[in-house]
Amino acid sequence: MSQQSLGEEVARRLVARASWHPLEILFWAAALASIYVLPGRHLILTEIAILGLFALSLDLILGYAGIVSLGQAAFFGFGAYTAGLLAKHELVSEPLLAMIVSGVAAALLGFVTSFLVLRGSDLTRIMVTLGVALVLREIANRYAWLTGGADGLQGIEINPLLGLYRFDMYGHTAYCYALGVLIVFFLLARRIVHSPFGLSLQSIKGNPLRASAVGIPINGRLVAIYTIAAGYAGIAGALLTQTTAFTSLSVLDFERSADLLLVLIIGGAGYLYGGLIGAILFKLMQDYLASLTPQYWPFWIGLLLVAIVLIGRERITSWTTPIRSLLARLDWRARRAASAVAVEGQGS
Amino acid sequence: MLTILFDGIAYGMLLFVLACGLAVTLGLMNFVNLAHGAFAMAGGYCTVILVNSWGIPFLAALPLAFLSTAILGLAFERTLYIHVYGKSHLDQVLFTIGLVFMSVAAVDYVMGSSQVFVRLPSWLEGQISVLGVGIGRYRLLIIIICGLLTLLLQFILAGTRFGSRLRAAVDDQRVARGLGINVGGVFALTFAFGSGLAGLGGALGAEILGLDPIFPLKYMIYFLIVVTVGGTSSITGPFLASLLLGIGDVAGKYYMPTLGAFVIYSIMILVLIWRPQGLFARGGAR
Amino acid sequence: MTVMLETIALEKRFGGLVAASNVALKVEKGARHALIGPNGAGKTTLINLLTGVLRPTAGRILLDERDITSLKPHSRVKLGIARTFQINQLFADLTPIETVSLAVSERLGCGKDWWRIVGRPRQVSDEVVKILENFRLVDVMHERTAILPYGKQRLLEIAVAVASAPRVLLLDEPAAGVPEDERHMILDIVAGLPPDVTVLLIEHDMDLVFQFAKFISVLVNGVLFVEGSPEAIARDERVRQVYLGEAGHG
Repeated sequence: MSQQSLGEEVARRLVARASWHPLEILFWAAALASIYVLPGRHLILTEIAILGLFALSLDLILGYAGIVSLGQAAFFGFGAYTAGLLAKHELVSEPLLAMIVSGVAAALLGFVTSFLVLRGSDLTRIMVTLGVALVLREIANRYAWLTGGADGLQGIEINPLLGLYRFDMYGHTAYCYALGVLIVFFLLARRIVHSPFGLSLQSIKGNPLRASAVGIPINGRLVAIYTIAAGYAGIAGALLTQTTAFTSLSVLDFERSADLLLVLIIGGAGYLYGGLIGAILFKLMQDYLASLTPQYWPFWIGLLLVAIVLIGRERITSWTTPIRSLLARLDWRARRAASAVAVEGQGS
Repeated sequence: MLTILFDGIAYGMLLFVLACGLAVTLGLMNFVNLAHGAFAMAGGYCTVILVNSWGIPFLAALPLAFLSTAILGLAFERTLYIHVYGKSHLDQVLFTIGLVFMSVAAVDYVMGSSQVFVRLPSWLEGQISVLGVGIGRYRLLIIIICGLLTLLLQFILAGTRFGSRLRAAVDDQRVARGLGINVGGVFALTFAFGSGLAGLGGALGAEILGLDPIFPLKYMIYFLIVVTVGGTSSITGPFLASLLLGIGDVAGKYYMPTLGAFVIYSIMILVLIWRPQGLFARGGAR
Repeated sequence: MTVMLETIALEKRFGGLVAASNVALKVEKGARHALIGPNGAGKTTLINLLTGVLRPTAGRILLDERDITSLKPHSRVKLGIARTFQINQLFADLTPIETVSLAVSERLGCGKDWWRIVGRPRQVSDEVVKILENFRLVDVMHERTAILPYGKQRLLEIAVAVASAPRVLLLDEPAAGVPEDERHMILDIVAGLPPDVTVLLIEHDMDLVFQFAKFISVLVNGVLFVEGSPEAIARDERVRQVYLGEAGHG
């Protein structure tokens, strides 16, 4: 095979990593179809979409860059409160714009706190991110005149989306809004993850020593993805506030960060769909268990966590391997192309 | 002002007794046990039942609380924790968080979600006057008991064979095993003892810290801060850190009510920035 | 003869342990310079100091007369130093294509692009192919690094370093652990490096050293013991005693 055609094959192979697998298209088709097919379930579907976006933020830093965080709720809550305050005090009246502003605000917070997670072991990062989230919650608690404290932020009214679509009580507008935002930011994440930047993140996660020996500025990359992920979490928080017209200290709770970790682990980290699948499973489970034991459902969450660790995360991941390998074998197209080139090469 | 200092010392020593078990498990077995607070809660509720329902005198209930929590800790260690020792820190965190959630919900179910109080004997209520300063009797008791415990711990660690086995096992497990030290047994005993101490701390602290089902979640961060700031390689580190935290927290909340809680969180974050690897790095030959 | 890489009074202490003491190493441009010494002499520590993985306790490091002592590892790579590790440091889950393309992308400055898809600039994939061919890795280029045989991993280790197009290449025992029948591949590749690339080689395999080196430095207990041509070193009694004589004869 000539070097020219080998170069083509390699290029094609690399690009094929990012090509859309039929299962992915099926997934999003189903998501869009649910708007029409499941009109009665839009409320929970909105929650799933928001949780999925939130889980995406954790996947970006944990699944791709290897940063363990028990404090993503900090950015979620920051975005939630920003959106709430923007609406309540009529600073930004259009929800879409307010959401973007909230996301940017959360990203800025992420940028400012990113230096805390650059160094140190997993344990240090867990502690630090936990600490930051708790500090933020404490601040929100103290400044009750601003945040409404334990009662939550009351009196939020969300204007119609784009000035046209009112938020109705069945959640139709809310779901289309949340799903739309999820799709847009998923596509963005997908692009990032398949870029040279995304590959460098994976290399930092896999072997930071080698990554810096290859010329990758580790700190710069980590700050970048941490900031982006914080923005994602903030947008998810803003969506929650806007679709429920309410927010409270619970958005900053430790349980939210812990639940998020569980969500990502159920679905599997590192391939972008884990957070979405985990969000679906988690919400459905929560819905079911809450109908059985509304007050004690954290018990079952705890049991699930214990069980997952005892069984072994790797074994759980291997259960999702069929899905993951299907998604990973994107090169079925490249293989066809490569064999065509090989035939050509042999002939010349 | 002296009362504040005194209260802060009492609070700090209480924190120390509560947290030192966590420091030991982290330093000894490199295991981060976020469920440590659950054992404290168990001790607290045990005391509540013993004193309030069964009428056992408070001082007698304390060692019972210690014992029952220690046995509980031993049981958990042998059946559950032992499977998680070799796993990553993230796994340990997830596991122990799971245990916390389960214990919080279980206690909520069994004991109800409102705060409970121990019926203190009358001679522990009120203040006595020492050198013209009013000192709470209960807090004085706490200082005495915790002080004695600290001395006892220091003695065990430095002066007994068990202590030297423990220190050997901390330093290098493999070598310790090679020397015939039953590392597994040492771990189990230490974990049980640490849990028992937490239970005792919970029993003593119920009055001051407030006992309710979400106790482990409320105070998890405090224990972590003690361990972070104080380090895990000695007794004195967490001891000093606990005192610092106790005094700082009480004084902070009194003098600067709006900033009070931030002080300790900020200290933790600052310490972690300054020495991110230093406090959790394993000492000894690696 | 220009000096490409130089250390001035370089020192590294770990508490009471002195790993490098007053090291004044000079590596000429285009050199085939070998660094030998008994185990624990501090050879890998020196490489770690040169590449920025360790910070020196004292002294300076100059690359092409530019002081790089305070630069981070990735900045030094950008300036033209690359190294291999004694124990393979690779990305277990990435393929050789992906691994090498990382190095090439960083070098070409497109490593931080988040919008393009990996593989799009043809320049990158063409270079990747060239390197993979030179290092006989084409047959395994789509496999995950973790499942590659050790010899191939070792080749990849060197390929990644070369992919950064370094002016100075530091090879830390490239043949370590490679089975006898695959060693010649490593030797060929080391011998086939471009003449304008300055190469500093650490090795225990004396055959490789004497085949490759035009100049040898001997490091003992963190100190540059003696330096000279291969013939001079081979004849030197002191070296024999300290190093070559370690095997028990001499």
